Amino acid sequence: MEQPNQSYINSLSRGDEAFKQKLIDVIKKEFPEEKQVYLNNYNAKNYKLAADNVHKLKHKISILGLEKGYEVAVAFENNLLEGTTNQKEAFEAILNSITEYLEEI
Amino acid sequence: MNCIVIDDEATARMIISQLCSNVPSLNVLEEFPNAMQAIKYLNQNEVDLIFLDIHMPDFTGFDFIETLKNPPKIVLTTSDPNFAIQAFEYDCIVDYLVKPITQERFNKAIDKAEAKQSKPVAIQSQTEKVEATSGNDLYVNIDRRLIKIDIPSIYLVEAKGDYIQVKTEDKNYTVHSTLKKIEDKLPDDLFLKVHRSYIINIQKIIDIEDNSVLIKKDVIPVSRSNRPELMKRLNLL
Repeated sequence: MEQPNQSYINSLSRGDEAFKQKLIDVIKKEFPEEKQVYLNNYNAKNYKLAADNVHKLKHKISILGLEKGYEVAVAFENNLLEGTTNQKEAFEAILNSITEYLEEI
Repeated sequence: MNCIVIDDEATARMIISQLCSNVPSLNVLEEFPNAMQAIKYLNQNEVDLIFLDIHMPDFTGFDFIETLKNPPKIVLTTSDPNFAIQAFEYDCIVDYLVKPITQERFNKAIDKAEAKQSKPVAIQSQTEKVEATSGNDLYVNIDRRLIKIDIPSIYLVEAKGDYIQVKTEDKNYTVHSTLKKIEDKLPDDLFLKVHRSYIINIQKIIDIEDNSVLIKKDVIPVSRSNRPELMKRLNLL
């Protein structure tokens, strides 16, 4: 399975370690909150709101270099907007891999 | 160029500000997590360029643009490439950046912004016919119950996706309906649609700024196309 990485963050930081750490800290703070809001809306079957949450999470997925994960998120967002839940497991596996990664770095 | 960043995601605001910091001609004045705060800021400050997220809760980037009388240059930032065609309808939009944004792509957008002169934008907005109803009560269906609402006590109706939120002096109601449906049920001498997402009770207005009205504690945007009708309905000294 594709793993999160810091390629984009490194290219953005251009060697500025202080900025890089600050950005990672913001992601570490924001990601669990966004994930929880998504889970709450999904579990309440508020699929349209959950699709909005997936939309926002897509940015974090792309920042962490998960190109295939991004495609899964795009498909899942569209599915939720159509009222179906296909790709839920794949999408949540991506969220879990990001959670583990952010706990490690 | 003096610029501001509007994005509900802190990570995105930080990234855009970092991209700006690598361009000497850019000066980031402020960052805003929502459009309403930016509207208040723009009522008192001029900027040359706005980095604007499209997909924000309650108030989208396009909603925001429609409130601006003389929009500055705008670079849209989004995770969704599907809005590109809509973006072409606005002369003020100079570029459309899909996240994650690289410095190289960002620099191209700045080149375009520097090459383009700002122009006022003509946005056409449809004006819908308002039909008043008789009587002072409106019944709304909530959880299979018909709830009576005293119409004059309504001060604001806001569209929220498939729902509307009806705000009254005492209570707020979330109803599965459309703004158009309730607009048809409200008396037109009391209510006015000031924006595609908002209907206000004009008797409840506290004050009006250039492109927003204050009702209770809510600052409501006024679309440029709806502003003349609002001004006509006021008892101006």
